[in-house]
Amino acid sequence: MSPILEVRDLCHVYSAGTPFQREALSHVNFSLERGEFVGIIGHTGSGKSTLIQHLNGLLKPTAGQILFDGQDIWQDKAFTRSIRFRVGLVFQYPEYQLFEETAYKDIAFGPKNMKLSPEEIDRRVREAAAFVGVPESQLEQSPFALSGGQKRRVAIAGVIAMEPDVLILDEPTAGLDPEGRESILANIRAYQQAKNATIVMVSHAMEDVARLTDRLLVMDHGGVRMDAAPREVFQRAWELEQIGLTIPQVTRVMLRLRELGQPVDSSVFTLEQAVRELNRVKGGRKEC
Amino acid sequence: MLKDITLGQYFPGKTVVHRLDPRTKLLMTVLYIVALFVAQGWIAYGIVFAFLVMSIALSRIRPKAVLRGLKPVVIVVIFTAVLNLFYTGGEHVLVRFWGLTITWEGIQAALFMGTRIIMLITGTFLLTYTTSPIALTDGLESLLNPLKKIRLPVHELTMIMCIALRFIPTLIEETDKIMSAQKARGADFESGNLLQRAKALVPILVPLFISAFRRADELATAMECRCYQGGNGRTKLKVLKFAPRDGAALILGAALVAATILLKQLG
Amino acid sequence: MSFAIQASDLAYTYPAPQEGEGIQVFSGLNLRVEAGSFVAILGRNGCGKSTLAKQFNAIVLPSGGTVHVFGMDTRQEENLIPIRRTVGMVFQNPDNQIVANVVEEDVAFAPENLGVPSPEIRRRVDEALKQVDMYEFREHAPHLLSGGQKQRVAIAGVIAMQPKCIVLDEPTAMLDPRGRQEVMKIVSRLNKTAGITVVLITHHMDEAAMAQRVVVLDRGQVAADGSPKAVFSQVELLHRLGLTAPETVELCWKLRQQGWDLPLDAVSIDECAQAMCLALGGMNRVANS
Repeated sequence: MSPILEVRDLCHVYSAGTPFQREALSHVNFSLERGEFVGIIGHTGSGKSTLIQHLNGLLKPTAGQILFDGQDIWQDKAFTRSIRFRVGLVFQYPEYQLFEETAYKDIAFGPKNMKLSPEEIDRRVREAAAFVGVPESQLEQSPFALSGGQKRRVAIAGVIAMEPDVLILDEPTAGLDPEGRESILANIRAYQQAKNATIVMVSHAMEDVARLTDRLLVMDHGGVRMDAAPREVFQRAWELEQIGLTIPQVTRVMLRLRELGQPVDSSVFTLEQAVRELNRVKGGRKEC
Repeated sequence: MLKDITLGQYFPGKTVVHRLDPRTKLLMTVLYIVALFVAQGWIAYGIVFAFLVMSIALSRIRPKAVLRGLKPVVIVVIFTAVLNLFYTGGEHVLVRFWGLTITWEGIQAALFMGTRIIMLITGTFLLTYTTSPIALTDGLESLLNPLKKIRLPVHELTMIMCIALRFIPTLIEETDKIMSAQKARGADFESGNLLQRAKALVPILVPLFISAFRRADELATAMECRCYQGGNGRTKLKVLKFAPRDGAALILGAALVAATILLKQLG
Repeated sequence: MSFAIQASDLAYTYPAPQEGEGIQVFSGLNLRVEAGSFVAILGRNGCGKSTLAKQFNAIVLPSGGTVHVFGMDTRQEENLIPIRRTVGMVFQNPDNQIVANVVEEDVAFAPENLGVPSPEIRRRVDEALKQVDMYEFREHAPHLLSGGQKQRVAIAGVIAMQPKCIVLDEPTAMLDPRGRQEVMKIVSRLNKTAGITVVLITHHMDEAAMAQRVVVLDRGQVAADGSPKAVFSQVELLHRLGLTAPETVELCWKLRQQGWDLPLDAVSIDECAQAMCLALGGMNRVANS
């Protein structure tokens, strides 16, 4: 099956032709498959935000192409616009984009722009609200009367209601407490599984990225520095630290254990994996 | 992109113009504008123009930057010039078509008005190019200080100006972000008739206002936390002090106005 | 023992937006912060942490009970300015606490308000900027700085008041890892070398682990209080309160449930690895062969 999104030799230059000219992306290549959960990591200014705004046609490439289902998303104006509905983008702090009188109306904004029938809009709003844990009782409330965490859920529902094939989220858990983080991540996971959607998550929270994703893109200086499974990426701990990124604490514990002479596999990056790995090492020892 | 707009941009520097007291520069700008409006005839214009060129040269602001600043006002200049061209009566008729006449006087008036606007804008831009916004508000506060006696809240007004200047870039950036976020949900700002376009702005304006109020609220708290109690008893990091060069500059400014007035009387 | 902050039997009720009863944030809260200490306050969103922080410099006043700041009662009008210059406050969003459009002018804002003479302001501004490693940016426009840099400017703006205590309300919540590191380095340095009392409100457990003492708030009450080791080892309690322990402790806790003999107070990476080494029976080379 062909990839859902393909990025070919993408370059982007800001303020071209002025003294403020700045190359934000240079020759980026990768593709996304259906149902994949991909993480994008990189420090501020590495080109992450510029990249994701290309994936749904908000920014136009200076050079290169973005293909959706094999078709260039910039082939004509109507097609570019339709891509915004198929590639949903949730910005950082999405709660600041809410504007409607009720949460329901706000979630319905996207589907309405898609010119769907009222019944279809209603179904989508309710389904999206359910996905992110916004109870029916809150749908008729003003979104501004909700708590910070609930506002963010409403905003995410506003994008999910468009039922995009690819859902991109920029730091969806920033500023939330551990419980809130956990539950929003579970919601995203549920959407992915229900719709076989592709998820792209930009995050600084390495532990979350490590645990959820199938694949990681590491951005640095406007290019993709690594494109591999989390296991392989976190094995290059030294390289990650060089470009200003942190590695999960569990991985650091394992690396330290190796230094201390323990035969553990340091490509471990989640708690569960670490528990399994340590049990394996301990078990093996007993048998000796 | 909205980010590309430059609003009264400040180019840091160490030239004589940069180092003038902001009060001097404000007064000089006023004198310059007066001279410009008094000026009549090519000689007077020439003197004011020479003064402007000298100031730009002394400030070492690149002419390119000056021209770039003029871009947004080109339409205003052309519009005024055209109006003057057709609506100035006179005896020396040059062309007559479609009920419109162009006279020699009209051409002269159009040129004068066009030059005047360009020179007016360039002059005021030079002020903002060479004076940091903070120095500008400080200078303004100090100049307007006597008005406190008639209960004009001078400190508050300049504080408002200062904060507005500080938040303009932040709010522009925020507008950009909100626009992108709504576009990602399929909002369309580019097509439709006027009413539809105005309606399309609601999803931008509501979040923008809410955010501006939230910022204002948080800023007020932060200012209180830093012991802000209004203008009474406040001191300044940088105290404005007149130097000999300020005196020289002001004499030059006064001479400029005097010269234009004199030329007008003689003319 | 002298206390920087002393909240006794503190109660606070949010005034209701319209009529009716307000929302009670806390009641009967007792908390003392020793002068010169570094205390982290944890708790889930909406547990009253931010309101509590604002009690510490008289931005919000108690509905019941008292707050004393270095012995000064926050309810007394004449203490207002002395309290605010003693307890500086840094907030989450750096953009919304920077007043001026030049870095050094912003840092000068508080001393200007306090009527400090100009040469002294200059000295304080330079010193404050050096303390947060932002001296070379003194003439920059704040909106062109990174999040971490802006937050350091905000901290400098507070230090310029020469406070004895700084309260930081989630100062790193909007920053990337690099910005977080920068800010935490400065905060910890201010406590260690300048002896400033630090109260840090945070969601990041690794930041809390840098403090000498961790206080966990839940529904307006102190739910746990002690050294980072003592608090983080109460893993079940933290989970119940919607929080987590640092990953190192979580790992030990999970392994303990499967019968490992591990301590729950191995917070740092090294401590954790050492404890595991011990549990694995150190003689790996022999066992391996």
